[in-house]
Amino acid sequence: MSKLYTGAEIVFKCLEDQEVEYIFGYPGGAVLPIYDELKNHSSIKHILVRHEQGAGHAAEGYARSSGKPGIVLVTSGPGATNVVTALTDAYMDSIPLVCISGQVPTHLIGTDAFQECDTTGITRPCTKHNWLVKDIKDLSKVMHEAFKVATTGRPGPVLIDIPKDIQFAKTNYTKFKKEKKLNGKTHNKFSQNEIDQLIDLISKAKKPVVYTGGGVINSGPQASETLKEFVRLIGFPITSTLQGLGAFPGDDNQFIGMLGMHGTYEANNAMHDCDLLINIGARFDDRITGKIDEFSPKSKKVHIDIDPSSINKIIKVDLAIVGDVNEVIKSAIKKINKKQNGLKNSNKQRISKWWEQISKWRTKDSLGFVNSDKEIKPQYAVKRLYELTKNQDTFITTEVGQHQMWAAQHYKFNKPNRWMTSGGLGTMGYGLPAAVGVQIAHPDKLVIDIAGEASVLMTIQEMSTAVQYNLPIKIFILNNQYMGMVRQWQELLHEKNYSESYSEALPDFVKLAEAYGCKGIKADNPNELDEKIKEMIDFKGPVIFDCHVDPNENCFPMIPSGKPHNQMILGPNDKEEVKITGKGKSLV
Amino acid sequence: MPAPKSAYNIPTKIGKFDTHIFVVWVDNEAGVLARVVGLFSGRGYNIESLAVAEVDATKNISRITIVTTGTPQVIDQIKLQLKKLVPVHKVADFKREDKKVIFKEMALLKIVAQKKKIEKCLKECKKFNPVILDKTNKSVVVQITALRREIDKMSKKLKPFGLTSTSRTGAIAMTRGAEIFK
Repeated sequence: MSKLYTGAEIVFKCLEDQEVEYIFGYPGGAVLPIYDELKNHSSIKHILVRHEQGAGHAAEGYARSSGKPGIVLVTSGPGATNVVTALTDAYMDSIPLVCISGQVPTHLIGTDAFQECDTTGITRPCTKHNWLVKDIKDLSKVMHEAFKVATTGRPGPVLIDIPKDIQFAKTNYTKFKKEKKLNGKTHNKFSQNEIDQLIDLISKAKKPVVYTGGGVINSGPQASETLKEFVRLIGFPITSTLQGLGAFPGDDNQFIGMLGMHGTYEANNAMHDCDLLINIGARFDDRITGKIDEFSPKSKKVHIDIDPSSINKIIKVDLAIVGDVNEVIKSAIKKINKKQNGLKNSNKQRISKWWEQISKWRTKDSLGFVNSDKEIKPQYAVKRLYELTKNQDTFITTEVGQHQMWAAQHYKFNKPNRWMTSGGLGTMGYGLPAAVGVQIAHPDKLVIDIAGEASVLMTIQEMSTAVQYNLPIKIFILNNQYMGMVRQWQELLHEKNYSESYSEALPDFVKLAEAYGCKGIKADNPNELDEKIKEMIDFKGPVIFDCHVDPNENCFPMIPSGKPHNQMILGPNDKEEVKITGKGKSLV
Repeated sequence: MPAPKSAYNIPTKIGKFDTHIFVVWVDNEAGVLARVVGLFSGRGYNIESLAVAEVDATKNISRITIVTTGTPQVIDQIKLQLKKLVPVHKVADFKREDKKVIFKEMALLKIVAQKKKIEKCLKECKKFNPVILDKTNKSVVVQITALRREIDKMSKKLKPFGLTSTSRTGAIAMTRGAEIFK
């Protein structure tokens, strides 16, 4: 008879078979058998966080920067409920997470036992799938299926709830064989006919635009290379969503900037006026489309996505290609090279007028701002941070709010997996723990969390984690003493009634840094900014950088609520500023 | 009404609502019905009726039949979202007007009345394959099978004749002819 293993041992055997290196977690009563087993598995390192939400976000940061699934281990009850925000965040942004939660013993389920909650019930709507393992014989099968579900198709979080008695129970373990065949829930069966239609549209378009999203990043680094080749081949302008930044080089001339609510003038106008819109791995989010009825009214629309339910969900498209982004574009490139070699030149001629128009829009310099020599402007701070870090491979995470938009606008990404931000759910407090996870995956790289003072306080406890594992993350706080985006909306829409958006009683971030045992730096003068940023980069250890910026700065350009793409509000440099009036006020 | 200060887009014009019947083949496991129903409630879809039971004990397959209404776009979404669920094997979607599909619902009607009225009730039920399951001097329990709308009508009609209690199964569906839905 073969050796019998306990449930806890099987958990680790599965993790080893899946080549897991790091677990982000927090112990508790119902997962103690698993924690007890940890010491016997040297290839797996556990990172102790300070709050389960932090574990989830750290795992997200790890997953997004490495392309591997992030693993979370939490206890029952509060452990599981605390991780719900991170699971929902991962679900919205399609990040592969495998969360293992402890549960009270099976005979106590349903009795309101200590630290019991209906974990699978609570997490059902925020995971791709979840399992409550009630029989030890199912455990290994469930574990491996969980990895498959999390990482195939459109990635996402999964959760495995393991009662404590199952962790103790014993059974056989059969070694896992990696299947080559994808499961039935992934879709990669596009036809050549669809590719032909795509190429036909490409060869006829006069005003085309390529709109890419996080799907390109999720398709793997190879997809970004393929995208580059594809876009250079067809010569079209390309814009990207918040999540897609880095898939195409941000400083390339064909890149016309981010689109959407705080996107560039040229990108949004191109979206509005184009006659061909090629959506690659994006999902027509409401922050992108603006007013649906007037979204890109004159264009033929193509949507390439691995998730069939994304197609026609919000915007009806003329051609849908369901498949892996990399595979689809690769096959389009192949076809073009084989059959339509002249396409490159003919395209160039046909769309030259369109490029002229885009150049005109570019002269608006919609990301411009009025700089000051007395106060640090937040945009200036991000720009300087970019200039001083662009010579090395830098990873940026953010929290949520104005600083996030400024980071997206002014920091240029040239490679995928370098930009981690909470886009779908918009989770304040995401950036710091995410930076922890990124630094774990890339110990020798520079990892910066561009933060706001309000957001960062939501998960500031994870500084302890950074100090414990000696993770030299840099927390670059654009401190404007306001929940900036809330304040901006209140200024523009609620008659400057700044209800509860002032960050009262802020801590002294330098002293806070010192209390955690890391370095604190404060800057409030533009003249000293460069020097202090360099000091931050050169310091070998975690740093909290308290950058005091102009509290009244607003994030422009902006598509006001209820308006289409071609009616943006530009910054203070623009004279014909559109005022938000009437109906638009009711929307964001 | 003052304009609500919300954060999102104005709802665009809502298209015509159609009634559709979804047939969903799922693994018969714990929580599977919650997943399907949760998908509907979570995304704001309607459920008009729901019928579910295991149909294949060896393969452990249950068949869920859901009657729902929505715009063509919503109906499309429901189908695609259902297909994404891990325990879902296949999803069929039929328009209520579809002639190739049989829709039936069973109802149990309890009528408490005098003999004359009961007789009248039974006469009304004749079209719908009535089966008398229980009979006393003052009451009768009758089983009928019919379309949803017909049962709606019947229960309205029989109220004055002493219909006191109605129990319905929700619609179930089957394609006509030798074809099997794949």
